[in-house]
Amino acid sequence: MLGEGLIKGLAETARNFVGSYFSAERLTTVQYPEERIAPFEATRDFPFLVYDGDDWEAGLRCTSCQICEKECPPKCIYIEKSKDKKPDYTGRPQFYPVRFDIDISVCMSCQICVEVCPFESIKMDTEFELSTTDRFGGLLHDRKQLAKSNEHYHKIHPTEAAEVDARLAAEKAKAEAKAKAAADAAKAKAVAVAAAQAGEGA
Amino acid sequence: MIEQLDQIFVLLLHWILAWLPAALRPVTGVIINVATIVCVFPALFAICVLLERKGLGRIQNRYGPNRVGPYGVLQPIADGIKSLTKEDIVPLSADAVVHFLAPVVLVVAAFLGFAVLPMGRNMALVDMDASLLFYFAIGASTELSVFMAGWSSRNKYSLLGAMRAVAQMISYEVPLLMSSVVVVMMTGSLSLVKIVEVQNQYTYGLPHWYIFTPWGFAAFVLYAIAGTAETNRSPFDLPEGESELVAGYFTEYSGFKFALFFLGEYLAMLSISGLGATLFLGGWSAPFAFLTWVPSWIWFFGKMMLSILVFIWVRGTLPRLRQDQLMNFAWKFVLPLTLVNLFVAALWRFMGEGWMRWAVCSAILAVIYAFMCRVGMRREHLGPREYRYAE
Repeated sequence: MLGEGLIKGLAETARNFVGSYFSAERLTTVQYPEERIAPFEATRDFPFLVYDGDDWEAGLRCTSCQICEKECPPKCIYIEKSKDKKPDYTGRPQFYPVRFDIDISVCMSCQICVEVCPFESIKMDTEFELSTTDRFGGLLHDRKQLAKSNEHYHKIHPTEAAEVDARLAAEKAKAEAKAKAAADAAKAKAVAVAAAQAGEGA
Repeated sequence: MIEQLDQIFVLLLHWILAWLPAALRPVTGVIINVATIVCVFPALFAICVLLERKGLGRIQNRYGPNRVGPYGVLQPIADGIKSLTKEDIVPLSADAVVHFLAPVVLVVAAFLGFAVLPMGRNMALVDMDASLLFYFAIGASTELSVFMAGWSSRNKYSLLGAMRAVAQMISYEVPLLMSSVVVVMMTGSLSLVKIVEVQNQYTYGLPHWYIFTPWGFAAFVLYAIAGTAETNRSPFDLPEGESELVAGYFTEYSGFKFALFFLGEYLAMLSISGLGATLFLGGWSAPFAFLTWVPSWIWFFGKMMLSILVFIWVRGTLPRLRQDQLMNFAWKFVLPLTLVNLFVAALWRFMGEGWMRWAVCSAILAVIYAFMCRVGMRREHLGPREYRYAE
């Protein structure tokens, strides 16, 4: 009979209407500023710079090799290399960025900078509340705004950060072992040289 | 005291007029009445919009607006401020005069309809002999404004929306009129005040509303369908089908003119509800004899808001019709039923008192309805769609 479906539909919406006042699980809306859903671990939006330790300036892992700057498809990264060097995590002297700007109004969140970085220094953030009243300066993040601690990285992407830490530790151990081996070799050589000199002298 | 509460607005008007010299009284009286209508109905419009947004939200398991004021009750004010402060854009190639006049004509026509509605005992602004005729004449002029809007905008979507609107409104005007005619047949009067007075009688404490007769019930259902289509409400909102026509005939309107279209649409809804209540639900009369002490205007506005709630409920439930379904439904289903209903009403009138006419009239209507459904399902493509290539 014509009209049967209409009645059924009206009953369904009436059930929704009444039900939404009595059962909270019907309402799927998250009241955003007050309530928040924890982001997924794979969430990513804009890049940030990782630093180790407490001092963001001293601990920056970035060596300003400028690979990310060159690879960035929309060219939103601007880096200025330092004149002097400072030691990195393995103790090797490296350049550091005097200026590191990312224009997040240009950034397309492709993560290519993260993938090409050989120093594990640039990673993807999950911060999305980036609105500002200044659409040019406010969206151009300098290195101070970009620098975030390794703890922060651990907090937002725990699995990935643990992998990165393990890799860095392995590299550091390798470098140390190599340095030690080199030092040993140098020492042995020095001993040998000394012995030879002693032999010659004798 | 109860008598005074019932007539409080009439008494208030008389009290105000008593301060004025006799020569000014008629003019001032009319101005005060008009001003009241122009204030009260936009306020109701705001309430309707809020109810609609909250109600639709709940129907779809959402919260609806809940940010402005407690539970979002101040949302209409925020909406109003927003639409007032927005830029008013007139397309370069539009006909500026007609473009400006269209929303004005719509709102004026929508307000004129309220002039003849009896909103309470002795509370019709104009007690015309042919007020029903006046109402429909005014109602038909909203089509003009819709087409003015669509044509003057010089936009294909506006024009398509306007053409749809005109086709739809003219088609449904016929069943709307025909379903109201039965009431005129029974009452023998075109005056809405008279129609309400006839319904304001009680036997065994129950009112003589026309909806409680077989022909009245059928006419009410048909009237509701035609009224929904006439006001371009969902599921008959093809003229402004946002999925295909951006916003239909008011695509090119912004700012306050857009708000005026919105207002006009809701005013039309309110007035069609008011007329429906007057014709079939006994206007300002109480639903039970023991409730007659409640002021009459409360009943009128209560019935009106109740129909608005039904409008919202229907909007939250039904999907939009296709253009051919819409036309088929009007001409092949609603119109024949209204014609049958005219015949049934005549039969009722001449069969005299007794249970016989109840049985005969109900049976005729039920049989015709079942037959129409069967035929409609089979031949007139009103039924479920057949998918030949999908599935």
